[in-house]
Amino acid sequence: MTPAQAIVAKELRSAYFSPIIYVVCAVFLVIFGVLSYIAVVNAGTQAIRLMQIQGLAAKINLNDLVFRPTFYSTAIILLLVLPILTMRSFAEEHKLKTFELLMTSPIGINHIVAGKFVAVFVIYLGMLALTGVVPVVLAMFNSFDWAPVFTGYLGLLLMGALFLAVGLLASAVTENQIIAAFLSFGILLSVWLMGALGSILGDTPVGNTIAYLSFIEHYDRLVRGLVDTKDLVYYASGILFMLFLTHRVVESDR
Amino acid sequence: MIDVQHITKRYGDRTAIERVTFSVNKGEVLAFLGPNGAGKTTTMRILTCFMPATEGTATVDGFDCSEQPQEVKARIGYLPETPPVYQELTVSEYLTFVGRLKGMKSAALRERMPLVIEQVSLGDVRHRLIANLSRGYRQRVGLAQALLHDPPVLILDEPTVGLDPKQIIEILELIKSLAGSHTVILSTHILPEATAVCQRVVIINEGRIVAVDTPEHLSARLRRSEKISLTVKTPPHNFADRLRGIPGIVSVFAPADGGVYLVECALGRDLRDELARFIVTNGWGLLELKTISMTLEDVFLRLTQHEDGMGERSGGETPQEARA
Ligand SMILES: Nc1ncnc2c1ncn2[C@@H]1O[C@H](COP(=O)(O)OP(=O)(O)OP(=O)(O)O)[C@@H](O)[C@H]1O
Ligand SMILES: [Mg+2]
Repeated sequence: MTPAQAIVAKELRSAYFSPIIYVVCAVFLVIFGVLSYIAVVNAGTQAIRLMQIQGLAAKINLNDLVFRPTFYSTAIILLLVLPILTMRSFAEEHKLKTFELLMTSPIGINHIVAGKFVAVFVIYLGMLALTGVVPVVLAMFNSFDWAPVFTGYLGLLLMGALFLAVGLLASAVTENQIIAAFLSFGILLSVWLMGALGSILGDTPVGNTIAYLSFIEHYDRLVRGLVDTKDLVYYASGILFMLFLTHRVVESDR
Repeated sequence: MIDVQHITKRYGDRTAIERVTFSVNKGEVLAFLGPNGAGKTTTMRILTCFMPATEGTATVDGFDCSEQPQEVKARIGYLPETPPVYQELTVSEYLTFVGRLKGMKSAALRERMPLVIEQVSLGDVRHRLIANLSRGYRQRVGLAQALLHDPPVLILDEPTVGLDPKQIIEILELIKSLAGSHTVILSTHILPEATAVCQRVVIINEGRIVAVDTPEHLSARLRRSEKISLTVKTPPHNFADRLRGIPGIVSVFAPADGGVYLVECALGRDLRDELARFIVTNGWGLLELKTISMTLEDVFLRLTQHEDGMGERSGGETPQEARA
């Protein structure tokens, strides 16, 4: 086992014994479940209304009526929930002075940052996997197009990873977990709103640049089933840049 | 093995240590003594590459702390001021994690772990969560962590803090047994500890080194005047007065019940020979005659309370208030 793997294993073990992680997962899954339930009920009432107007059984489009709204609202839950997942990563090491152990061990800071990131990402993967129950159950009752569901999940995966990287950065700058959580929440919300600002400015160079920098436009395309290299590059470079900044902060923060 | 040249560390405009220079030979145990805030922890953090010095260079085993930190880190076992333990792990899980962090192979880990657990007496608690351990046990886990990968250099920041007396003795014995094969720097406020295990002591105060020497030399060097204690079998009634008659004797303290006489001689004069002859030729029966040197405690207090202590390492006496 390499040092970086040891860090991942230790983080996962700590998470396994941490009540916060269970609360975070539970809240996430419950809200996800409620939101998809609401979406399904909405789809049902719309179908009934269509039937009354047109007098024939309308085919319900689950992709448009259920998955898309659920993916959008999931992004909001992630905004609230993922900062909680990452807040302890570095803040707690500072607080407990175990940071001194990490920094005086013969391993590179990049291994430490990578280890921490992989650990929270694995937990996040677990959370996402559990939400997979919803499409599987829906598939039993109705048919829909799986492709946009998969790309939507790809979007969740990438955007979530970006959120986690931002959360790690916030956790590295303070030894207070609450501040770390609020800081990453604040950064993510501002970047999100930046996307809205970009769309207000419309199809101008400034508007397009601002919209490009926000994660939401890229997510939107993936949810609609469009896989564009541009969006993948955006997420990959965003994640790497955040991890790089975390590296710098950890390095100077002694 | 360890060479520190003129290191200075500033936090903002606050200078924590200033132009600290010392070196430690291979196999030597060196104690860092100094009051709170003297800069002991700061010096150790620089040596362990936890943070860079503002100025100056530090090398461990020939590797520069700022240029080849990985090489330095691999050679050092470090016990920080606060034991760096994870509450949610058990002792053996924690030590396994530290071993991996230090790059130990599984086989090496299997071999070292029981040994180290034995050395710091953690056998009873190895499967308990660190969160449930007492302060002293956590300190021992911290020590185990520093010893685990059997590094040639050990840097221990107040290793005996929070331990019970029996453990203190055991740990000091352990450190003593490491001397020779390991190079050790430890910091402490407790002087008998330093005398017990160290070949040399560095006394640091307000970020500056005030003295570096062996415990014996330090107290000898700081003897303000030569003091001699005398036990005489049958002293005459005017013994004290007759002693005062000897040139070079400053004062004589005579006990009421005729026990031990304390004779203070002028600076730099060794009158033991003369005193002995004086008593013996008079046939009073010399039972004991010895010089009294200051304890390390006295040295420490004197050096750290007076700025003008021994900054220049003059090897002479400390200028101090006159005494009658
Ligand atoms: N992070 C920091 N920021 C600012 N000043 C600091 C910092 N760490 C230490 N200092 C200052 O540096 C000086 C030396 O501190 P250091 O911790 O090295 O002392 P010490 O000798 O280990 O004391 P103690 O015996 O209490 O452990 C102190 O004046 C302290 O206030
Ligand atoms: Mg200290």
